[in-house]
Amino acid sequence: MKDFGFTVVKQRTIDYDQFDGRLLNEIIEKEPSFKVCLSCGGCTATCSAANLVSFNVRRISLLLRRGETTELESEIKKCMLCGKCMLVCPRGINLRNVIMLIKKNVQKHKTENS
Amino acid sequence: MKHIVIIGGGIAGIETASALTDAGHWVTVIEKEAELGGKLNKWSYLFPDYTPADKVKNDLLSKCREKDFSILSKTEVRTIQRTNGKFYVETSGEQKLEADAVVVATGYELFDARRKEEYGYKIYDHVVTSADLEQMLLPDGDLTVAEGKTPKRIAFVHCVGSRDEKSGNHYCSKVCCITGVKQAIELKKRLPEAEIYCFYMDLRMYGKHFEEIYREAQEKYDIQFIRGRLSEASEKIDKSLLIKAEDTLAGRPLKMNVDLLVLLVGMEAGKGTASAATTCGIGCESSGFLKTADSFLQSNFSEKEGVFLAGSCTAPMSVNDTIVHARSAAMEVNNWLKKQ
Repeated sequence: MKDFGFTVVKQRTIDYDQFDGRLLNEIIEKEPSFKVCLSCGGCTATCSAANLVSFNVRRISLLLRRGETTELESEIKKCMLCGKCMLVCPRGINLRNVIMLIKKNVQKHKTENS
Repeated sequence: MKHIVIIGGGIAGIETASALTDAGHWVTVIEKEAELGGKLNKWSYLFPDYTPADKVKNDLLSKCREKDFSILSKTEVRTIQRTNGKFYVETSGEQKLEADAVVVATGYELFDARRKEEYGYKIYDHVVTSADLEQMLLPDGDLTVAEGKTPKRIAFVHCVGSRDEKSGNHYCSKVCCITGVKQAIELKKRLPEAEIYCFYMDLRMYGKHFEEIYREAQEKYDIQFIRGRLSEASEKIDKSLLIKAEDTLAGRPLKMNVDLLVLLVGMEAGKGTASAATTCGIGCESSGFLKTADSFLQSNFSEKEGVFLAGSCTAPMSVNDTIVHARSAAMEVNNWLKKQ
C-alpha cells in the first residue's frame, strides 16, 4: 500500500468494556492475597530491578487488573524474583508468587485484543 | 432550675437534651421537622457494623422517653436576644422562651448532587445518591434498573460535593469514604453477580474498624478501587451510563459502561446552621460550619458566652462522633451553668 505518511494511532484510553479478566481471575484464585493491594508503591521503592532498568512492580498489579496482557508479559521478564517487595508489602501480598503465576499462565490467556 | 434551649432535634440535639435532663436541668428542643432524628431518618444501616439506623434512633429516643424535656416540633427559631445573662428565644410558633443557655445542634444538609451536572443526577435514570441507595438497600428496596434488569456493573463516585472548590466545598466530608465501602459491600451481598467499582481520590478510613472493612471489601467482596475522579457520565440509549475518569495510577484515561452510578454526596452546613449562626450571632468557618472557640479544649463553645455547639453543625461528623460530641456539649453546659 502506498505510504501517505499517516498512521493509525492506538487509543490510549483503557476501555473497560473490552476487559479480559481471565488471567486476573486465575491469579486471584491461586494467590488470593493479591486482591488487597493498596497501590502504595512500597514494592517499587525497594525493587532491585527498578533501580537498574525501567520496571515498576506496582504497575504489574495494575496491568493485570486492566487486562493488559501483552505489556505484562514483557514487563515481568525484568523481575529477578529477589522477593524484597514481599518484605515491604504492608498487606503481605505474595508478589513473587503473583509474578510466577503470570509467567506460567500468560501465554494461555493471550488474546487478540489485549 | 436552669432552662436550656436546644436548636435541632437530630441525634446531637436529642443526646444533649437527654444528658442535660439527667443533670437535673429543664430542656426544650426546637425541631423544624415533625419528627425527631434529623438526617439519621434518611439512613438504613450504619457503618461500621450495619446496625439499623432505626435501632440507634429508637435507642436514643427510648432513653429520652423516661425523661422530662419539652419538644417543639415543626418549629423554627426566629430571634434570640441576650439581656442580663438571660436568653430570650422567639419561635415561628409565636412561643417566647427564657433560657439560661442555648445549644446549637442544627446539623448538616446533604450536598445537592444536581449541582454536579456532569454526573447527571436527576437527568439520567440510573444515577442515584448514597442517600437514595440507603432506601434501595432496605429489604423491600428495588435495585433493578431499566426494563427490570439487575445491574451487572455498578460504580461509586467518591467526594461528590466534597474536596471540590467548584461546588464551593473545599473540605472533606469525612464519612462518605466509609459509607461508599459499606454500601458497596451491601450491594455485593444483594447482587453477588455484580461487578462493583469505587472511583476515589484518597480513601480516608479514619475510624475504628474502617480499614478492616475496606480490606474486607477487596478481599471478600471483590470490590475494585480505581484511583481517579470521574469527569463525566453520559446516558446511552439502553439507559446504561458511560463514565470517564483517569486511572491515575496507570496514568491513562479510562472509560466504562455501568448500569447504576452511585454518587457519594458530602455534607454541607446547610440553611438551618446558617440561620442559627445569624440568630445567635455566632461565626462560621469558610466551610460554612460553625466556628468553635478553639480546636482542642473548647470544641463545644461558640465565640459567644452561653451559646454552645453540638454535633455536625461544627464539622462533618459520623453518628458515633456526633453522639460523643453531644455528650461533651452537655457536660460543658452543665459546668458553665454551675459557675453562673
